[in-house]
Amino acid sequence: MVIDSTRMKSLADRLAVDEVKGRSLWADARKRFLKNKAAVGGLIVLLLVLVFAAFGGTIAQYSNEELDFSIMGQIAEKGGPSLANGHYFGTDDLGRDLFARTVQGTQISLAVGIVGSAIAVLVGTFYGAFAGYVGGRTDNIMMRTVDILMSIPYMFVLILLLVVFGRSIIMLFVGIGLISWLDMSRIVRGQTLSLKHKEFIEAAEATGVSRLIIIRRHIVPNLLGVVAVYATLLVPLMILTESFISFLGLGVQEPLTSWGALISEGSGTLNYGTYWQLAFPLFFFVITLFAFFFVGDGLRDALDPKDR
Amino acid sequence: MTATPLLRVEDLHVSFSLRREGDWPWTPLRRLHAVNGVTFDLAEGEVLGIVGESGCGKSTLARALIQMVPATGRAIWEGKTDLLSLNRHAMLKYRADIQMVFQDPLASLNPRMTVGEIIAEPLRTHHPELDTSEVKLRVKELMDRVGLLPNQINRYPHEFSGGQCQRIGIARALVVGPKLVICDEPVSALDVSIQAQVINLLMELQRDLKLTLIFIAHDLSVVKHISNRVMVLYLGQMMEMAAGRELYGNSQHPYTQALLSAVPIPDPVREREKVVIPLTGDLPSPFSPPSGCVFRTRCARAQGICAEKVPVPLPGDHLVACHFPGPAVV
Ligand SMILES: Nc1ncnc2c1ncn2[C@@H]1O[C@H](COP(=O)(O)OP(=O)(O)O)[C@@H](O)[C@H]1O
Ligand code: SF4
Ligand SMILES: [Mg+2]
Repeated sequence: MVIDSTRMKSLADRLAVDEVKGRSLWADARKRFLKNKAAVGGLIVLLLVLVFAAFGGTIAQYSNEELDFSIMGQIAEKGGPSLANGHYFGTDDLGRDLFARTVQGTQISLAVGIVGSAIAVLVGTFYGAFAGYVGGRTDNIMMRTVDILMSIPYMFVLILLLVVFGRSIIMLFVGIGLISWLDMSRIVRGQTLSLKHKEFIEAAEATGVSRLIIIRRHIVPNLLGVVAVYATLLVPLMILTESFISFLGLGVQEPLTSWGALISEGSGTLNYGTYWQLAFPLFFFVITLFAFFFVGDGLRDALDPKDR
Repeated sequence: MTATPLLRVEDLHVSFSLRREGDWPWTPLRRLHAVNGVTFDLAEGEVLGIVGESGCGKSTLARALIQMVPATGRAIWEGKTDLLSLNRHAMLKYRADIQMVFQDPLASLNPRMTVGEIIAEPLRTHHPELDTSEVKLRVKELMDRVGLLPNQINRYPHEFSGGQCQRIGIARALVVGPKLVICDEPVSALDVSIQAQVINLLMELQRDLKLTLIFIAHDLSVVKHISNRVMVLYLGQMMEMAAGRELYGNSQHPYTQALLSAVPIPDPVREREKVVIPLTGDLPSPFSPPSGCVFRTRCARAQGICAEKVPVPLPGDHLVACHFPGPAVV
């Protein structure tokens, strides 16, 4: 074959032109998200809370377990928030530094929320995507299992677990992890069902791409929007669950603490006039929950497919 | 024609078992015969047009050939292998030889992948040994070949127009060097002005790469220029099949004639004088097709025998499934 040299040359030229950068749907969503003031505000609050949890310990003057004997017994008079004695948030009923305890409680509460949500994302996404994509009897069995698990009153089971196996943070994570993925798997399965009949999935099947690769390459990336929104909204729910359990006195064990435990203690001593014992943990609890909801909402708007 | 056809389809049947909405779990499933005994040969380098109203089983026929829906009958590839008898693993090899172009240009591209990744997918599936730069070069060559700028390789589908998306779909189908490309209504979703461009591109590629094409459309005018032969389907059955010129100039089947009369003629004088044969009545339900000739409920020529005996086409180059074939009468 005679090679048409001018054609080859022009082809080479065209191939050599600098590649144009694409604008992915993620980039579009980011732009929309950044335009949403409430969501960006929520994100900033979350970052500040994270910084507080991560570095608050370094500016605390006391550890979370040492008792300040100079204050003990006169908490209502001397234990209030004060820059002078280093108890920025005051002390708790036993004379422990509330600042250090709030930092510690924030760490535990955020960890519970984030771990619960992460388990939901990992397990729920793959479980739901697999059931939805494979369909048929596999789907039936997998989703009926989820139905059965969901019909169990999980709070009851969680409390039983904590009573039987003893209160430990591991048990708390196990309990929360067990339930958190159920809703996620249902949502993801629903989305997968609607994706499954899209022509690009059919195109991949026609070419012979294997099922697992189709799930990984075509289904999961198209689910991530929904998953991200739901995961963000799940974190505060997990925090609430943990707080509720701690409020009942079944959560983390002393000297560890969490927002729920702190709020519980604070509200118990409220009529002694130590308002700060409730106010500080409650403040962090409330702003964090609000921030998560705002961010989740902003993500939902940003990723909303109707704008595409 | 003595050479072995690239593909020989014999007595292809596809049926779906369905439950109507609201049916009880114990009511028997209803069978829908989407494709009902279709037989045809496809010579190498030939373009076969398949035409029929929407819902008559065109897509199902195409999908049956690559085992996307369960089918019975035979589909002999290159005179040797029956594609329908292969298991999932054995079929894989042939998926590179048979590629598809889909109807909805945007929906057939994954919105989260770049054009480069989309076009490369069949290549990565069938030639995992190629390294990234080889794949990229091949993808860019193809983009250039189908009229896309190769420097757009990192863009996403939503940044392209419908016609360009269909070019991406065509590039993806061609990247592994297939022998047969099945185009399932590749232009139905495009503007009329763009349709011609895409059809011309397909014709050019077919000629240059010596491709065999199955070109599906719901309208006879679309397949006119590209097809060597045309098959007319109705309710999953072949009504008429002939070489393009023969079918357009000398159709024998009343259904084909009705379809032809609906095609606008560019010449205004002839358009006005044209006899329009209306298609009366609705398409019968595919769950309970009419007995005998499936077209009889809408056929002006129907006689008693049409309800009793299924018309079988006489062998030859011009196949007509009709008891009373003949030129259009008014
Ligand atoms: N996966 C399926 N399950 C059930 N019925 C189907 C399926 N695919 C197609 N059908 C039915 O088969 C018939 C033919 O459909 P199709 O091949 O898509 O028609 P066309 O492509 O000619 O418009 C239609 O009645 C359709 O409802
Ligand atoms: S067989 Fe009878 S009903 Fe069918 S197309 Fe021919 S004339 Fe019409
Ligand atoms: Mg179709």
